[in-house]
Amino acid sequence: MTGARRGRELGLGEAGDFAIEHAMADDPRVIVFGEDVPMIRRNLLVRFGPNRVRGTPISESAFLGAGVGAAMAGLRPIVEVMLVDFLAVGLSALQNEAGKLETFSGGRWKVPIVVRATCGGGYGDAGQHEQALWGLLAGIPGLSVVVPSNPADAAGLMRAAIEAEGPVVYLEHKLLSAMWLEWLAGSRRRNVTFDVPPAGATGMVPDPPEVVPIGKARVCREGADLAIMSVGVGVHRSLAAAERLAATHHLEATVIDLRTVTPLDVAAICRAAAQTRRVLVVDEDFIAFGLSGEIAAVIAEAEPVVRFARVATEQTIPYARALEAAILPSAERIVARSLALCA
Amino acid sequence: MALRRRQAQVPLLRLFQTMAEVRAFEEALGDLYRRGLISGELHLGIGEEGAIVGVVDHLRDGDSIAIDHRSTPPLVARGTDLQALALEMLGHPEGLCHGQGGHMHLFDPDRLAASSGIVGAAACTACGFALAHQQQRAGSVAVAFFGEGAANQGMLLEALNLASVWRLPVLFVCKDSRWAITTRSARMTGGSLTRRARAFGLPAAEVDGHRPWAVWKAAARAIDRARQGRGASFLVVRVKRPRGHFEDDELVRVARHPREALRESRRLLAGTLGCRGSEAGERALGLMEVTRTITTAMGEQLTPSHDPLVVTARRLAPQDVAAIRSEATRKVDEAISAALAIAGAPS
Repeated sequence: MTGARRGRELGLGEAGDFAIEHAMADDPRVIVFGEDVPMIRRNLLVRFGPNRVRGTPISESAFLGAGVGAAMAGLRPIVEVMLVDFLAVGLSALQNEAGKLETFSGGRWKVPIVVRATCGGGYGDAGQHEQALWGLLAGIPGLSVVVPSNPADAAGLMRAAIEAEGPVVYLEHKLLSAMWLEWLAGSRRRNVTFDVPPAGATGMVPDPPEVVPIGKARVCREGADLAIMSVGVGVHRSLAAAERLAATHHLEATVIDLRTVTPLDVAAICRAAAQTRRVLVVDEDFIAFGLSGEIAAVIAEAEPVVRFARVATEQTIPYARALEAAILPSAERIVARSLALCA
Repeated sequence: MALRRRQAQVPLLRLFQTMAEVRAFEEALGDLYRRGLISGELHLGIGEEGAIVGVVDHLRDGDSIAIDHRSTPPLVARGTDLQALALEMLGHPEGLCHGQGGHMHLFDPDRLAASSGIVGAAACTACGFALAHQQQRAGSVAVAFFGEGAANQGMLLEALNLASVWRLPVLFVCKDSRWAITTRSARMTGGSLTRRARAFGLPAAEVDGHRPWAVWKAAARAIDRARQGRGASFLVVRVKRPRGHFEDDELVRVARHPREALRESRRLLAGTLGCRGSEAGERALGLMEVTRTITTAMGEQLTPSHDPLVVTARRLAPQDVAAIRSEATRKVDEAISAALAIAGAPS
């Protein structure tokens, strides 16, 4: 670490754009398209023109499928689906095409597509617009799924995603993106508040962006009593909980930001599990058949004597802010589960 | 016979009454949103009243409606309890859906009315409703409401075909505001929507939403046809979207406020100059595209000649208009005040 390194202070959403700008300037194969892209990404449009920054009809099946074809035939498309919830409409392009082609072609054909979408809740938009869905997507072999928790990782993972030879789903959490909160939550209203973790929403980003390798977790905090693992906003909730556990309960937690849901950093997970023997997964996605269960399985295969617990979303996300706050993973719930785990 | 009689008697007063109630309720929701009492993306149906009411007026017990993300107007028109709706917006346990659904996910099982925030979904749901009508309650019909942006969604086009081949009793109502969020729909839509529907074998018509009587007549033909078991129809209703896609729409803000527009164009101009990117011609095209979108949005106002309430009021006696509007306001105010009191928020 040299203090003199160049960088700039950016929001998480801007950091993703920053990496895209660099990639587009360096590589004419990189193009961006998706719903409302000409307005949402007008910064890119006025710099790279309508040939490389394109709007699409509301036709997820068609433009996601076209993204796969474009990637197969020589472009490096970044296909934007406004909300990951809408990805479900065109899922076949990822599930049956992008994820399968490298294997089906005997490794002869790769699909360098990036699918960019927002995810996550905490602003009262309910379960058709606030899902995490990284578990669903990570369940598709052949896809990588990354979820940055801060601007530096947002830029670094975007750069890695664009450079990757295979399909990558890049999910940015709306609570960490000022633009999306303004759009979808009406955050310009002074009479509404959101529990935005500041360290996730803005931060220094290296200029030019540095690759954050896909599949590499980051240890954010070290402690011997338990290991808390999460992605996205969950990382910040976990860090807040870890501080409370230390301050009031004399428990020291390791906190791991997985950064990539698939491929999981199995080595980092197992190392932390072996060191602490107690693992808590904090997952904003649905509890069943997802990230938390996968981590339990990975640990059970390697370290059979680890105690395990999880804090996850256990139902469809409701509209009412109070109901929503109660079901999304919070520092309070993480502290309570941690205490039970360490009892 | 029945058809001819009803065509002769457009219930203009009743249409106006319902539209006034829909408008008053939407405006009240806008106020609640600005007070911070409604969360998420609030899509109001101001400007669509003629399209909604002209169709819903024909519905009776046993009929069903599948609605998009602008879900309150059809429910208000159908008679869903205003207080239950208001409480739902406030996320209260006594709301229509116990605070779980909110404005984009409103469900009134008593009226077979269901909404969805997924663009295009309403058309498919309506096909399913219509299948149940066909098999269990012949003579009843399903209506789907969606925007012209949804008409490019694969599932919607599939639904048109399904309704055609199964001869389903459904009316597809496409509210054409010419905007899909920030996208000018004409730029993203090949061909014409009525021709698309006709290509699937559905009769299709196009009417102005600010002439609710015309909507009513077109809907009468389509719904009678469906009730008689003669299959689905497609109706395009031209409407205005004066508040943008949702409340606090950035595009509307930039378009309506010269200072914001100026600041935005300076920012974009700075962004287009001086850094690595495409050649100048491409950048200029990009800048022109953004500018065109903003200037087009500037023209999206609800002028009196396109406001279904104003246009309809001109055909009614002034004293009736005043009485109906004040009664609608009173009824909505009463429901909102009661809901606020129950939720413990100041009126």
